Amino acid sequence: MGKTLSEKIISMKSGMDVSAGDIVICPVDLVFVQDTTGPLTVRQFRAGKNNTLVNPSNSVIFIDHASPSPSLSLSNDHIFLRNFANETGCLIFDVGNGVCHQLVAEKFANPGDIIIGADSHTVTAGALCSFATGMGSSDIAIAWALGKTWLRVPESYRIELKGKFQKYIGAKDLILHLIGTIGADGATYKALEFTGDALDDMSMSQRLTIANMAVEAGAKVGLFPSDQVTHDYLYACGRKNKYKPLQADADATYERSIIIDVSKLEPTVSRPHSVDNIALAKNLGDVNINQVFIGTCTNGRLDDLSQVAKILENRKVHREVRLLVCPASRSIMAEAIKAGYISTIIEAGGLILPPGCAACLGLHQGVLGNGEVCISTANRNFKGRMGNPESFIYLASPATAAASAITGKITDPREVL
Amino acid sequence: MQKITLKGRAFKFGDGISTDLIIAGRYADLRSNLPELAKHVMEDADPEFIKKVHPGDFIVAGSNFGLGSSREHAPLVIKMAGVSAILAKSFARIFFRNAINQGLPVLICDTDLIKDGDQLEIDLGGGVIINVTQNVRQTFTKIPAVMLSILNEGGLVPYINKYGGFKL
Repeated sequence: MGKTLSEKIISMKSGMDVSAGDIVICPVDLVFVQDTTGPLTVRQFRAGKNNTLVNPSNSVIFIDHASPSPSLSLSNDHIFLRNFANETGCLIFDVGNGVCHQLVAEKFANPGDIIIGADSHTVTAGALCSFATGMGSSDIAIAWALGKTWLRVPESYRIELKGKFQKYIGAKDLILHLIGTIGADGATYKALEFTGDALDDMSMSQRLTIANMAVEAGAKVGLFPSDQVTHDYLYACGRKNKYKPLQADADATYERSIIIDVSKLEPTVSRPHSVDNIALAKNLGDVNINQVFIGTCTNGRLDDLSQVAKILENRKVHREVRLLVCPASRSIMAEAIKAGYISTIIEAGGLILPPGCAACLGLHQGVLGNGEVCISTANRNFKGRMGNPESFIYLASPATAAASAITGKITDPREVL
Repeated sequence: MQKITLKGRAFKFGDGISTDLIIAGRYADLRSNLPELAKHVMEDADPEFIKKVHPGDFIVAGSNFGLGSSREHAPLVIKMAGVSAILAKSFARIFFRNAINQGLPVLICDTDLIKDGDQLEIDLGGGVIINVTQNVRQTFTKIPAVMLSILNEGGLVPYINKYGGFKL
């Protein structure tokens, strides 16, 4: 009987021959927290009898959510986390390094790994064929202490992607389309496993965008096979020795199969206040916007910024719009400066934020006012997400967000090009 | 196993109650001050909830309860408000696991049958909900064995402290 990617990775790690529905104890390769889930994790860890880190080099703290801190109490939380790192020898990536999920991709995630993090978007590393999933503080604290966790092997949905994207249409449009099709709970507890000929042209950046949002359909993990694209990305990150090819068996059993012809996709937008409330940008009518936010673990990578810079070149941001752009990591910011993208964005009237989560979760750097509308490249548009339940968030691709920044209303990027 | 019966009033909510509605991200600066954080439980879904809820009461919701963030503060503040169990048609995965890890029962059942304000009695071990107000009886989906043992110990940390590891 063939195995899905999920069954394969969990079998390899647990040393057992598992299939969907089995519950197993598994060693974990990376266990991390960020600064809003970290303090509770540390307290749960200390409440345990066994409170020595079993593997400090695989235990990581990222300070990215409130970065730099906007308040006294969060600054004290950061001190608490730094002290814990000093005492235990775990790794810490402090303010300015970037969003945890981007750093996990750049520095840690390898094909066949099991990664757990106290952040729901831990699924992002599925792009590198890591079985990566979000958990809460107690689970992470126990994994720090034991080096393992319990997992139920998920049933998988096979998502076949075929064809080639049209210009200025890409990964974000695809994943919004998929979530709109199956619903915000359409894959709860399941694995989304991506396959198909469209993957050959899909960069690691695009795969990360798609895997990142698997959780917005309720999925436990969003997995890509480990292939040439994975190989080249690991090589560029200095981890070529970690590459191994990995894909699902041809005769694996799937609970559901979905085929998407990506060449038929159009710029897609998710409307307030749920991610599955999708529409095509061209059909939205006049939706005036106050703020554009481009960045995050979903869409703050170099090719996202490249697309934004291309659209903004020799154009100006609409006078009633604030354009906030946040590279997902320090290395992306450095590359974007070298490539000239940052100066193009600034000359067009945009504002650059320090690498981190920025405005995404409503803590700082772009909290919306009453009645304000934001188009964002992030992954969530829940009521109150950007700090104000009286505001409205639309999700879209970097191209759609950049085009909208120019016109002042939600715009299909093909209309301004 | 000893029989545990929970008694309280139903507070009804709709589908898709996100962790932002349960405890908004904008209160992240209170996460190291749990008593203050807990005052904002369910605030963006029902600002009056914290004034109305009594120890033992139930949150009764539709589908996909707890979607979104992995913040374990979400079930934690619900428990601190005195809620003894959450009943929903379905739960988001991380929230479900977090609630069990905090020792808060999360029960999957047909919640359309329950009305706001109904008095409920729940036999946790027996899997039975008695709707005292409507005089009807319904069942909930069995909790997986590993999660039931974690729940019985009051959460994951006490469970691991007792057994030293996972017992499957």
